[in-house]
Amino acid sequence: MSPRRTLVVAGRVLRQLRIDHRTIALMLLVPVVLLGLLAWIYNSTPVFDRIGPALLGVFPFVVMFIVTSVATLRERTSGTLERLLTTPMGKADLMFGYALAFGVMAILQAVVASAFAIYVCGLDVSGPAWVLVVVAVADAVLGTALGLLASGFARTEFQAVQFMPAFVLPQFLLCGLLVVRDQLPSVLQPISDVLPLSYAVDAMNAVAAQTEPLGEAVPDLAVIALWIAGSLLLGSLTLRRRTP
Amino acid sequence: MNHAIEVEALRVVRGGREVLPGLTVRIPSGMVVGLLGPSGSGKSTLIRAIVGVQVVASGTVTVLGHPAGGAALRDRVGYVTQSPSIYDDLTVRDNVRFFARMVGAPLESAERAIEVVDLQSHASVLAGHLSGGQRSRVSLASALVGEPDLLVLDEPTVGLDPVLRRDLWQLFHRLADAGTSLLVSSHVMDEATRCDRLLLLREGQLMADEPLPALLERTGAADAEQAFLALIDAAEAGVR
Repeated sequence: MSPRRTLVVAGRVLRQLRIDHRTIALMLLVPVVLLGLLAWIYNSTPVFDRIGPALLGVFPFVVMFIVTSVATLRERTSGTLERLLTTPMGKADLMFGYALAFGVMAILQAVVASAFAIYVCGLDVSGPAWVLVVVAVADAVLGTALGLLASGFARTEFQAVQFMPAFVLPQFLLCGLLVVRDQLPSVLQPISDVLPLSYAVDAMNAVAAQTEPLGEAVPDLAVIALWIAGSLLLGSLTLRRRTP
Repeated sequence: MNHAIEVEALRVVRGGREVLPGLTVRIPSGMVVGLLGPSGSGKSTLIRAIVGVQVVASGTVTVLGHPAGGAALRDRVGYVTQSPSIYDDLTVRDNVRFFARMVGAPLESAERAIEVVDLQSHASVLAGHLSGGQRSRVSLASALVGEPDLLVLDEPTVGLDPVLRRDLWQLFHRLADAGTSLLVSSHVMDEATRCDRLLLLREGQLMADEPLPALLERTGAADAEQAFLALIDAAEAGVR
């Protein structure tokens, strides 16, 4: 792996995005619109304050997962991946390059979505807003990392899109948003304890509820970081230079 | 004779079908070698094996003295896939520059490569807005950056107009004169006249491996197409 080539990949992915204004708009606006809708339907109830922060973590995760799996599948079907694998590029350069590029997009997305939730929807957050943004960015990069891993298994566009519900929805059901995690059936609890989105939601809830959330949020972030690193490494291991 | 590529008893199976049943061939360096044959003859599979992206059932492929696809080769071998492998949502210049950065070549080499394929006037156009022939030239330019020792080109002249085709073949010979080895595949038999040496492939079998004049003399045919047909007839008569 070479830091220079990783940056070259990241720069190229961002340059591609820069041309695609509609995708950038969708990345930034979809979470905002969803949060706005949520705040609206739970108007004058405490529900938005309860689940709003968690969703601030879930939306970027889902959006980045989809964007990444489609982007890498495109790389595969256009033949550019095969070509790249004959160049000095390391497989990890590709993985971390994508993660870096979408990480930059995630910072933008998180700032916009958090600001909208707090200042427009009136989301009540006890902790400092910057921690909210940090957790949201971590969640988005997690989505990218899992998207890269999943797209390694997809051979067609149809499969890639199917991986979204397969990878994302179980985590969504078990992350503590619908049922608090310690009230889950005893078989499901350990599964929930392993899945990364659970830690994303825990960290978000800590920021929402505590004025000093770092004590709880930092260990959660560490678990998410482990998942990100693990997925990227596993993703580069499953990427094959030679194909049948 | 120096060999750029040595293929030894190469056997490749794709989708349950034996595409290359055990091919042995040596490709000399410093010249333009044409890999000709009808579509489905195994040209692209052989090329994929040479650049090291093809899963191989058995046999060896040695490129510039190293096992095909090895790390030592990745900045010495330029590869152009059959359909243009470029980013449609990047400009011509950004595409070529990206591949230049990948092999660690200076950015001027990207400008030179764009010039060589005659796309200066389209350098700031998105690749997706170009015609098929123009896109395949972007793909070629992306392989020229970094001045590789070996260029492996899978049907690079498909869909190009005659003038451009002639210019590209002239470019290939200039590169060969400067010491680059080139393997160029084509299913158009006319292009045989442009190659220093020919490999004729049919159903994964090597039917000929010689310069065009030698092939014409051996078969008594007037051109490459006739020679190819004569070889097939002879082979089938031999089977019967």
